[in-house]
Amino acid sequence: MKDLSLHIMDITQNSIVAGADKINISLCVKGEPQMLILEILDNGKGMDAEFVKKVTDPFKTSRTTRNVGLGIPLLVQSANMAGGELKIKSEPGKGTELEARFNVNHIDRIPLGDIPETIKMLIMANPNISWTIHFSSPNDDFILDTDELKHHLDGVSIANNNVLEWIQNTLDDGIKLVYGGVLDEVN
Amino acid sequence: MKSIEELKAIRDKTLKEMSIRENDDKIRIVVGMATCGIAAGAKPVMSAFIDELNKRNINNVNVSMTGCIGICRLEPVAEVFDANGEKTTYVKLDAEKARRIVAEHIVNQKLVTEFTVGAAER
Repeated sequence: MKDLSLHIMDITQNSIVAGADKINISLCVKGEPQMLILEILDNGKGMDAEFVKKVTDPFKTSRTTRNVGLGIPLLVQSANMAGGELKIKSEPGKGTELEARFNVNHIDRIPLGDIPETIKMLIMANPNISWTIHFSSPNDDFILDTDELKHHLDGVSIANNNVLEWIQNTLDDGIKLVYGGVLDEVN
Repeated sequence: MKSIEELKAIRDKTLKEMSIRENDDKIRIVVGMATCGIAAGAKPVMSAFIDELNKRNINNVNVSMTGCIGICRLEPVAEVFDANGEKTTYVKLDAEKARRIVAEHIVNQKLVTEFTVGAAER
């Protein structure tokens, strides 16, 4: 995967297929050396300990169309490449927490990519899921919560084009505010 | 920072427009968005569908995503479900092809035969 936004698009599909109706995506830059930490939390059906152990193996998958699942192995590869790692915690019936860490200044760290566009598409295609998006860095903090937006929207669909455009622009501003001067690719 | 006030203005404007075109989603475009699709470039394809529909002010088409359709070698794949329930599977897409599908299939209601799975598998 070329950038983090594609991994986010990919990994959240697991949450959606697991039946989650709440998905939190958090991106945080902190620590010394500076680490970029991607967290995806869901309240889907979860996995048992046995499955979690095997989930980074490309030949373990819950899909039925074929027997190879590459989403998580590719994210492991991206994290390892940048001096980071991937952790997964899951409990059947409760949900899954995935955390991928990347060394911000590692030469092989993949860039963020177009995260606002990815999230817009995710909301557009899954308007009934409660999405919480969180960006943070020593600079600033940013939160977007679709439940709160729905409250203001008063019956207008969150998948309405103009609303989605507003969400994308708001996320764009959030990325600039939080990561401007922190990540090379944001300025 | 975009304000909630802006969002409320969008809401009010949309509520006004809604009464004019009380149109439920009739056509669906479903883009395969599993690992295979994403790696093959499904995101710019979905982006092009959305952009082209917006540009043409088409509001009765719902764009969504699905998992692996099972023909990974033909990704990016999109399925178009017409109002009558008929399904067309388009394969090996890119942004340009997506725009043509909007122009020819959605607007002119004529299949883009050369991009269909049938043509690819011949």
